[in-house]
Amino acid sequence: MDFQYLFELLCGGVVKGSIYALIALGYTMVYGIIQLINFAHGEIYMIGAFVAFIVAGVLTLTGYSGLGILPLAALIAVIYAAAYGYTLEKIAYRPLRNAPRLSPLISAIGASIFLMNYVQLVQTPDFLPFPELVPDFEFLGDLTQFMSSVDVVILAVTTVTMIALTVLIKYTRIGKAMRATQQDMVMARLVGVNVDRVISATFIIGSVLAAIGGVLIASRTGQINSAIGFMAGIKAFTAAVLGGIGNIPGAVLGGLVLGVAETFGAGYISSAYEDVFAFGLLVLILILRPAGLLGKAVKQKV
Amino acid sequence: MQESNLVKLAAAAFVAAALSAPALAADTIKIGVAGPHTGDLAPYGLPSKDAAEMVVADVNAKGGINGKKVELMIADDQCKPEIATNVATKLVSEGVNLVLGHVCSGATKAALGIYKGAKIITISPSATNPPLTKSGEYPNFYRTIAPDDDQAMLAASFATDKLNAKKVAILHDKGDYGKGFADFAKEAIEKGGKAKVVMYEGIQPGAMDYSAVIQKLRKEGADVLIFGGYHPEASKLLSLMNKRKINVPFIGPDGIKGDGFLKIAGKDAEGVYATGPMDVSKYPLNAKAREEYKAKYGKEPGTFFDQAYAAMLAALNAVKVAGSTDYEALGKALKSSQVETTVGKIKFDAKGDAEGVGFAVYQVKNGAFAEVK
Repeated sequence: MDFQYLFELLCGGVVKGSIYALIALGYTMVYGIIQLINFAHGEIYMIGAFVAFIVAGVLTLTGYSGLGILPLAALIAVIYAAAYGYTLEKIAYRPLRNAPRLSPLISAIGASIFLMNYVQLVQTPDFLPFPELVPDFEFLGDLTQFMSSVDVVILAVTTVTMIALTVLIKYTRIGKAMRATQQDMVMARLVGVNVDRVISATFIIGSVLAAIGGVLIASRTGQINSAIGFMAGIKAFTAAVLGGIGNIPGAVLGGLVLGVAETFGAGYISSAYEDVFAFGLLVLILILRPAGLLGKAVKQKV
Repeated sequence: MQESNLVKLAAAAFVAAALSAPALAADTIKIGVAGPHTGDLAPYGLPSKDAAEMVVADVNAKGGINGKKVELMIADDQCKPEIATNVATKLVSEGVNLVLGHVCSGATKAALGIYKGAKIITISPSATNPPLTKSGEYPNFYRTIAPDDDQAMLAASFATDKLNAKKVAILHDKGDYGKGFADFAKEAIEKGGKAKVVMYEGIQPGAMDYSAVIQKLRKEGADVLIFGGYHPEASKLLSLMNKRKINVPFIGPDGIKGDGFLKIAGKDAEGVYATGPMDVSKYPLNAKAREEYKAKYGKEPGTFFDQAYAAMLAALNAVKVAGSTDYEALGKALKSSQVETTVGKIKFDAKGDAEGVGFAVYQVKNGAFAEVK
């Protein structure tokens, strides 16, 4: 047994999984509150990466350089993505709040296609080289075998983000309101929770997480284009379902399980079947635990 | 009900075709130019379109061929097989005489059956998938670029003889073009007996991460990586390899030998090897065509420009020699009449491959591909 190889794969899988988890959180939070699968979420991730690309390009042109670019680019990307998420909810989902559940779903698919084509038209359908915003960390030395400096940044950022999210949901007013809305929207409204605002906030938070994921992955792979949101969205959605959609720790667990399973499958069997492992695992878990890893089976109200 | 609708539709289409036909009239030679003109593979298709337009402008200025003007029918297939079949059907229904294209092997293969049924000669500047000619399935197909197995054999011998590789890793993107190249490289290395193939795998195009494959590359101790596929995946692999400090020489096919790759891979491209069509700049026609292009567009012509220019010259020469656009006569002319082109003096062999074109190995140095002597 080659333990070094095993550990290398594990590290790669955890890094990949943490990005899946970051995007999956957006799916799961929205689903938890309004039972909508927001298919346009992957596009928000893509838009985040594009905004960061543009900001980084402008900053580099103006002679600004160094470590400062990444946080600044990420910050602006996050603000943009939050605005997109908020607007998306206002335009595509809010008017359908009381419509049958299939209507907002179709609206979500439409929004996804619209956003992808919109970026293709106003930006470019080509692949673009994403600048290397993370410098080589000298102190990593031989550890780069396990984790490159970008990977370290990804892990650090995702961990901090998730802790911040937990604090937000558990200990703040808006978090409390979100939990209340999730439990019972009508009741929450009765006790004075502004449900519309809570839903907007949920979309904003989800979009922020997606944009962070987009910036991180783009600086890792070094390229972006208008279609990257599709695959990332599908995988993150898989992760959310795997962990139990609507369940926040479940999304994180689902992302990590998915990332590690894919990497091990690719590393030990064949990378040609990477997606087969991902979706095979999903099928298997849904057969054994239909509500997902941490999901609770909810009785359908009739 | 459905059937009668179909009949009506067909009748309507026929009437529409009949109505639009007189405008084009029978006194032009209609040449379809099919390839990716939009989408991420557009850099491979647009130069061919430009080349075709230049040749045609030239010929028409001199009075056309056999007294007829040449008319281009530009069609965008985005390199997607499903769009390529639509494009082919459209071109055929509009009465195309000859097709320059398609550009990607997968799209070409999808479209060829339709052209074959309609007896239309198709000359591709870039579809290098070997069975397209070698299977004998498409007698209507010709190309002005050498097939992948030539290219893969060159890549394999370069890896084992010049780079002295003992353990070769081969990756591909699971597409017709990439896997074809990878398969032939694997076969060539195994036959050569000088090196072992330690890893042979497909990767998922468009995936956000290839780190597992890269870790495996290190574990297997590969000393050369041969990759079959296009530039987005190649540059992603290179970027991840460099971030993990894995310095294994990288050899790619002509799908990465272009500006698209240099632009996206940036400094990761430095030192990368790619096989590509031989340097043809020594031919006087080539120098002339490139000069004209630069004068017109203010930049260097892109990938497959030379091959497309040559294909267009060969096609028009065949029309001239045959005296018509008759399928049999054109085929005979392509195979028998030598023509001076931008890739040298060529004619086509019995299977449709151009005689006298081949590949060389290039390396990225200071942000540009330079031939490795």
